[in-house]
Parts: sequence; structure tokens; C-alpha cells
Amino acid sequence: MLEIKNLKAGVEGRDILKGIDLTINAGEVHAIMGPNGSGKSTLAQVLAGREAFNVAEGSVMYKGQDLLELAPEVRVREGLFLAFQYPVEIPGVNTTYFLRAAVNAVREHHGEAALNAVDFLKLMREKIELLQLDEALLKRSVNEGFSGGEKKRAEILQMALLDPTMAVLDETDSGLDIDALKVVANGVNQLKRADNAQLIITHYQRLLDYIVPDFVHVLYDGRIVKSGGKELAHELEEKGYDWITNGELQTA
Amino acid sequence: MSADTETIDRFVAQEYKWGFYTDIEADTLPPGLDEDVVRHISAKKNEPEWLLEWRLKAFRLWQTMEEPHWPQVKYDPIDYQAVSYYSAPGAKDKDRPKSLDEVDPKLLETYEKLGVPLHERARLAGVAVDAVFDSVSVGTTHKEELAKHGVIFCSFSEAVQEHPELIKKYLGTVVPYTDNFFATLNSAVFSDGSFVYIPKGVRCPLELSTYFRINAAETGQFERTLIIADEGSHVSYLEGCTAPMRDENQLHAAVVELVALGDAEIKYSTVQNWYPGDEDGNGGIYNFVTKRGICKGARSKICWTQVETGSAITWKYPSVILRGDDSVGEFYSVALANLAQQADTGTKMIHLGKNTRSTVISKGISAGKGQNSYRGLVQMGKNATNARNYTQCDSLLIGSRCGAHTFPYIEVKNPSAQVEHEATTSKIGEDQIFYCNARGIETQDAVNMIVNGFCKEVFRELPMEFAMEAQALMDVSLEGSVG
Repeated sequence: MLEIKNLKAGVEGRDILKGIDLTINAGEVHAIMGPNGSGKSTLAQVLAGREAFNVAEGSVMYKGQDLLELAPEVRVREGLFLAFQYPVEIPGVNTTYFLRAAVNAVREHHGEAALNAVDFLKLMREKIELLQLDEALLKRSVNEGFSGGEKKRAEILQMALLDPTMAVLDETDSGLDIDALKVVANGVNQLKRADNAQLIITHYQRLLDYIVPDFVHVLYDGRIVKSGGKELAHELEEKGYDWITNGELQTA
Repeated sequence: MSADTETIDRFVAQEYKWGFYTDIEADTLPPGLDEDVVRHISAKKNEPEWLLEWRLKAFRLWQTMEEPHWPQVKYDPIDYQAVSYYSAPGAKDKDRPKSLDEVDPKLLETYEKLGVPLHERARLAGVAVDAVFDSVSVGTTHKEELAKHGVIFCSFSEAVQEHPELIKKYLGTVVPYTDNFFATLNSAVFSDGSFVYIPKGVRCPLELSTYFRINAAETGQFERTLIIADEGSHVSYLEGCTAPMRDENQLHAAVVELVALGDAEIKYSTVQNWYPGDEDGNGGIYNFVTKRGICKGARSKICWTQVETGSAITWKYPSVILRGDDSVGEFYSVALANLAQQADTGTKMIHLGKNTRSTVISKGISAGKGQNSYRGLVQMGKNATNARNYTQCDSLLIGSRCGAHTFPYIEVKNPSAQVEHEATTSKIGEDQIFYCNARGIETQDAVNMIVNGFCKEVFRELPMEFAMEAQALMDVSLEGSVG
């Protein structure tokens, strides 16, 4: 589904990703772990198409298309979704209105009729229940004044509404207490199917207690330095990132 | 930052959809202004002697006045002798059409193209329209129905003939001919405009609307609108304006006077969409307008709502004099300065009576190389016991070459008065646009969404039929301005 080859990218002249190789197939859940500054968020932003990040080398194929050639809005319409680490506040824009615009943009891309307000509300109520989100949030402006936990849950609501084939979750666990973490993880798990895939980017192992990955990759200094099964996450938790940074695992 | 600037650059190329020109025979005065021109206009309109005298007094005073240069706008000096002060569609020797049936089909077509059909079968339901083309009114719809309620809605020229007593009683009482350079010029040469009188206790059954169109080249438009709401009456009035695209600037200096007697309410809404000029600042309308209302009686109310998307230069401060006790003044404004547009706009709330209240909500949007200034005065007179004002003044910047400025003036002479002023400035960030993109929403739609969210408080004050139009207009005016 997603094939990243020798991806090198940076921002403002700084090299951050120094050659990433990663293949994700349908039905798989991958986790990328790594210390601060290793390039985790850069990878997420490059996949979503943020202009500020420049790709120097390498390729990203998504469902047989050159992902890097697609505009950000086309990527998500084609099913590649990014849950933001820091969801952006948009004052004055009603959340429900925003979500409907997003859902209809995706539907229209696939030649489906736009949902009217009534049908959309029905769909949204279903998804809200799944995430135990307070419906009152939907009457407010997009992310404005939301708590950290509310923002992250709202991201997962968007994910549920847009029903992506490839979801990238960028540090969705940061800033969540344990109850919120469970809710978010539960939501993500329920969205998992044989025909879609998830890439979980995280600093801590604890999210992976609730979302069990098929593969774990360790990102360090812009490269994936180790890959393994879910046990790798536990090993990292035990030994800490020093284990890697001390050079024992450097495979470059 | 670089990505931001680039996106925004692409957003700045917009197209003005109302820029066509109607090729129609016109009776146009040659450019230039002297007493003869003033006499000529007055004679054309068959005006009574007192009105000619009033015009001449204004003209003589105007010759001694200087154009104001305190606004935060820059433009080349205006040659007032290069402007034609009168242009009317139709041949010189023909009489004015008596009814809409006699109006030149080309004119009807023009208004139809603008989305304001005038003839019987296609008229806007629930809205009576007075159509002003260059210097004259070409027709007013729904007159008979309004007459049943005693409402007078006609062109200013017609009012001078048919209701001279009302004109004589109220003309210049809110904006005297001595008021300011542009108002004085208007008083000397005004050609037409709309007149409204709502009798005691009548709630006007229709929205009233005037559609102003400047067509002829090198012609100024100087209209004058006078609205009188007698005791306990209620009226909602809307004006719209467009002009052809031309390389040279055109002058528009209008005066609007509103009079609300006891318990009366006037809601005056403007959707101003004059040609804004191009992105290098060529062409466009110079919009120098004096709008003022007086809440003369107790418990009266005047509400100005304006959506200003057009004009190369906007200079206007719709104001309310709150003389009656417990009277209310409101001002809701959205002003957009895109391309090379410059707007210096705001309001004056003059509190004279007790317990008078005013609300000012101003939303300024700057894009392209636009410069947007809010200039407002809140004055609490010494008898304005317990008067209150709330002002909220927000600026939104799109891109990094535009500017927003705020000049609030507050004068309080009564210790019990309360004045509140809040202001914010924000910028549509690249992160907001990217966030929308990442949810499948295109940049243009994202900007429109954010701008409309920003303007919401003002748009909801517009009459329902026009709120949608204003939103659509805002979208079009920003089209191509972030791409």
C-alpha cells in the first residue's frame, strides 16, 4: 500500500530524514518509535504533503501512485490521512461545518453525492459514540479552546469520518491521560480492517499497550536503525533510547 | 514563510465579474465644474428656487474648502475639473420614462445581468428596488404596493417634485451642506438617489433597496439618499453598487441621511462592490461617502451594516447621533482591502441622550497589497448619563504585503458613561491552510471558510436575502488571492 524508498528530506536547509525505507501492506499496523529530534514528525509531515519540507531524494509510492506528486488535499481524498500532533485552531469556523466540508470533499473526489446536513449529522453521531466525544464540542470553532485530550479525540473523529486506507497518527498519545489514551486507542482499533493500514508514530511505548502493532521500527537520526515485532517496543521501554544512541545498534 | 507568501501570491489574481459596460446613448455634461453646471443640474431636475440656492451656497463654500488628507490612504490628486458631473441614459431631448415599461430595454438588461431584475415578472420577491444609473434613477419597483401602506419610496428627484415639504424639512439636517469637503461637493452637484418616508406606526412590508451603477466614463456619481422613519415605524433598506472596469479612477461622493423619530427603527445595509481597480492600483472607484443617522426620538434605533469589498479607496464612517433618550446605535462592518485597495472606514457614535447604547463590530480583512484602517469615534456627551458603548475591532491579514491599522478615538464627558474597546489582529496562517488541505479542503475553500467564519457576526446582521449574497461576494473578491 505504502512504499517509502531512500527518502531524504529536510526543512530550511537542514537534513532531517537521511534515507528512510519502509513498506506497509494492507491489514498491517506499524509503529515508529524514536527519541526527540529523530525525524518522526518530519516523516508524518512529508507524507501529508507539507510544502515547507523539501524532499531531496527518494520516492514514496502509495497505491501505485507517486505520492509526492499529489497535492495535500488529493492525498487525503485518496485515503492517506494524518492525525496531527498539534491540531490547529481555526477560530470562527464551526466544527460540524468543517467536518462536513472535509467529508464532502472526499466524497466528491470519489464521485459520490455530497451529504446533506441531516445525513451528515447521522453519520457523525455514530462516530461520536464510538469515541465518547462530547457533542457540545461540535458546536464550537475547530479545535478552539479544546483541551489537549479533546483535540486528539477530535482528530480520531475526523479519521473515523474520512475512513482512510492509510492512517498516520503523529504522537496522538502525547498529552493524554490514561483514560483518554484508552478511548483514543479503542477508536483506532475499531477502525482497523483488513483493507486498511495504520502507521503509529510515538515517543512512548504505552500507546502500544492498547494498539498492538505488527511491526515496530526505531527511528534515530533520520534513519530506521532497527525493525522488529511488537516485542521491540517493550525492549525499548526497558532499556531506553540510550540503548540505541550509545551506538550498540547502529547499523548504518 | 516562503510557502506562505507563494500561496498567497497566487490568491491575489481576482476577476471582477461586474466590469462590463453598457453602450447606451447618454446625455452627459462635459467635464468641469462651475456655477453654471450647478444651475444646469438643478434646471434639468426642474428644482424649486430654494433648492438651487442651497446648492449654490454649498458650491461657493466648497470652493473655499480643502480636500481632507488625514485618512490613511494615498492617491494622486483629483482633478475636479476633469470629472463630468451629470450623465443620464437616454437622448437629451427625450423625456424621462414615466414608468418601467418605457425604460430602455438595454438598461433593463443591464440590471438583469447584475442580478437585479426590474420588470414585473422577474422582480425580486419581497424587495422593492430603486435603480440608479449614473446620475439618475431609472425606475422603482413595487411602488403601488408600498403606496397602500403610505410608504413613499422613489427617486430623490421625484421626491423634490412630489413631496417638497418633506425634502425641505429634512434635507441637510443630519449632514449639513457645510459638513465636509465631499459632503459639500455632493450638496452642490447631487443628481439623484433614493428617498424613503415611512409613516407613523408603519412597519414597511418590503425590504427597500437601491442599486447604484456607474456606467459612463469620467463621470462622478453624487447621489443623495434621505430616509425618514416617522414615530414607531420600521424599515430595512439595502444598497448595492457596481461599476465597469476602467483604467482611470472614478469619483463617487454620496451622502446618506437617516432620521429616526421616537420608537422608530432604521436598518441600513450596504453591499458595496464598486470596481476595485487592478493589483497595481490602476483604475477603480474613489468612494468618499458621508453617511449619518440621527436617533432623534426616544427609544429609536439605527443600525448600519456594511460589507465593503470594492472601491480603490474607501473613505466612509457611517455614524449615529444618539440624541433621543434610550436610543440605540449599531454598526457592523466587514471591509476587505485586497489587490492595491485602501480602506479607511469606521463609525462615529455620538451619545447625547441618557441611557443611549451603541455597539460597534468591525472586521477588517487585508490581502494582497491592501491597506485597511479602522477609524472610529465614540463620544459621550455631558448629558449622556449611563450611556454605554461596546466596540470590537478585529483585523485579519492574509499574506505578508498587506496592512491593518486601527485608530480608535474615545471622548467621555459624563462620568457615568461606560466605554469598552476590544481589538484583535490575526493572520491566516500557513498551518491553518495546511490543516484544511490535510482534511481534503482546497486552499481557496479553506481561505473562504476562515474569512467567512471571521465575518460571521456581521453577515448575520444582513437581511436574509443578502447574507448569502454577501458571503458569495466575499468568496469572489478573494478568489485567486490564496491559491
